[in-house]
Amino acid sequence: MNEIYEIQYALDTFYFLVCGALVMWMAAGFAMLEAGLVRSKNTTEILTKNVALFAISCTMYLICGYAIMYDGGFFLSGIEAFSQEEVLAASAEEGFAGSSVYSAASDFFFQVVFVATAMSIVSGAVAERMKLWAFLAFTVVMTGVIYPLEGSWTWGGQDVFGLFSLGDDFGFSDFAGSGIVHMAGAAAALAGVLLLGARKGKYGSNGQVNAIPGANLPLATLGTFILWMGWFGFNGGSVLKLGDASSAHSVAMVFLNTNAAAAGGLGAALVLARVLFGKADLTMALNGALAGLVAITAEPSTPTALQATLFGAAGGVLVVLSILGLEKLKIDDPVGAISVHGTVGLLGLLLVPITNDGATFVGQIVGALTIFAWVFGASLVVWMLIKVIFGIRVTEEEEFSGVDIAECGMEAYPEFTTK
Amino acid sequence: MKLVTAIIKPFKLDDVRESLSEIGVNGITVTEVKGFGRQKGHTELYRGAEYVVDFLPKVKIEIAVPNELVDTTTEAVVQAAATGKIGDGKIFVSELEEVIRIRTGETGNEAV
Repeated sequence: MNEIYEIQYALDTFYFLVCGALVMWMAAGFAMLEAGLVRSKNTTEILTKNVALFAISCTMYLICGYAIMYDGGFFLSGIEAFSQEEVLAASAEEGFAGSSVYSAASDFFFQVVFVATAMSIVSGAVAERMKLWAFLAFTVVMTGVIYPLEGSWTWGGQDVFGLFSLGDDFGFSDFAGSGIVHMAGAAAALAGVLLLGARKGKYGSNGQVNAIPGANLPLATLGTFILWMGWFGFNGGSVLKLGDASSAHSVAMVFLNTNAAAAGGLGAALVLARVLFGKADLTMALNGALAGLVAITAEPSTPTALQATLFGAAGGVLVVLSILGLEKLKIDDPVGAISVHGTVGLLGLLLVPITNDGATFVGQIVGALTIFAWVFGASLVVWMLIKVIFGIRVTEEEEFSGVDIAECGMEAYPEFTTK
Repeated sequence: MKLVTAIIKPFKLDDVRESLSEIGVNGITVTEVKGFGRQKGHTELYRGAEYVVDFLPKVKIEIAVPNELVDTTTEAVVQAAATGKIGDGKIFVSELEEVIRIRTGETGNEAV
């Protein structure tokens, strides 16, 4: 039996690592999606933000984030320890079909890529006008403290400032993070956008909404497909175990439902855009696929395939309406991140009780409010401090000539260079 | 010598180039340009918001020719570039004072 436990440990650890690597690849998806939906003069800067935020997220979560969220020790102290006896003892206690026993290092690796995902959501919403270093300063606080604290109240099982427990008192359930990761990222983005203001030229003098077309729709489409693929790791890995028949079946259902929801979301958004605008708007269809994915993320294991498709479609419809609504409110979000991850993230949380008896609508609302109030409030304070200390917005002239030159000193597509 | 400048629809460039070769034109310069004439612009749609594209893409061809070739050149361009629909473009003919081939220093008709 011990050999079987060791193989199970190896399999579950391996599964965590592979899923973590898939989620890491979502960083590439966000980078391509955002690079495609901004104007070409802002490409280098958005790419710099995306690679830098990934690096900062990994380092901050290693320094203090994992300690705050899961009590994993500052600088991951002790994570390198391995004892075969402890593994076998824990496995024997859980039994073959019990909770997963895996390497602590694989758990850190799987968790850290989620932090980067939450932070990637912010970069798209504030694109084309925010100062690079103001964004990176915010990244340090968001990934080191704001997200880990909120994660400790949910997946970490800690009380909210010692007041109440979301899990024990309210039965709050968020399987892979519609609220904990996606809505949290959108809340931080919303706080930033409110302080930052709209891009110059987005709104006309008499209030009309002007289109600012993205530079590269092939990149935006590639980015969406990369995110779609990475999401199998995001949701699939959140089953936390592969190594017994019932877990393996659950993983398969999660993959199936995740894919079905994305398809439902894309189809619904494409049709709705055609009905509303008279044309098939690709960018809305791409947002629709992501909305479908966000909508199913809070509970991908219990819905039937049909329910998953319908949940995804609901996300796809909601995201189009949300994007149009935010534009009317003059909340300028170049890539639709606040709608995709925030509005639809909330929908995802509220869909959980339909298929999961363990969750209630009241519990989901309390959880959503707690996450939103904390992340939005704390982010607003941090953004304000950064605004007072360095300023968060580039000058009007820099915005006109593009933040690539202003912040990075290089163009993404240099067309006329001599030597 | 004359300088023939033609603004044409981009997809007609290959046809124009071929018919110019046939009548013995030795070289042309091509530029991608944008502009508007009677065709005006058109509207496009992005995320539900309409925007006007005021300038349409065209191709500008510049051809330096000896005086006796001007009429055949303009005829060749008109024949090859015409579709009969709005937006086919225009041809401008202007005086050309001097032409110099940089490699050899030849001037005038020799250099065209």
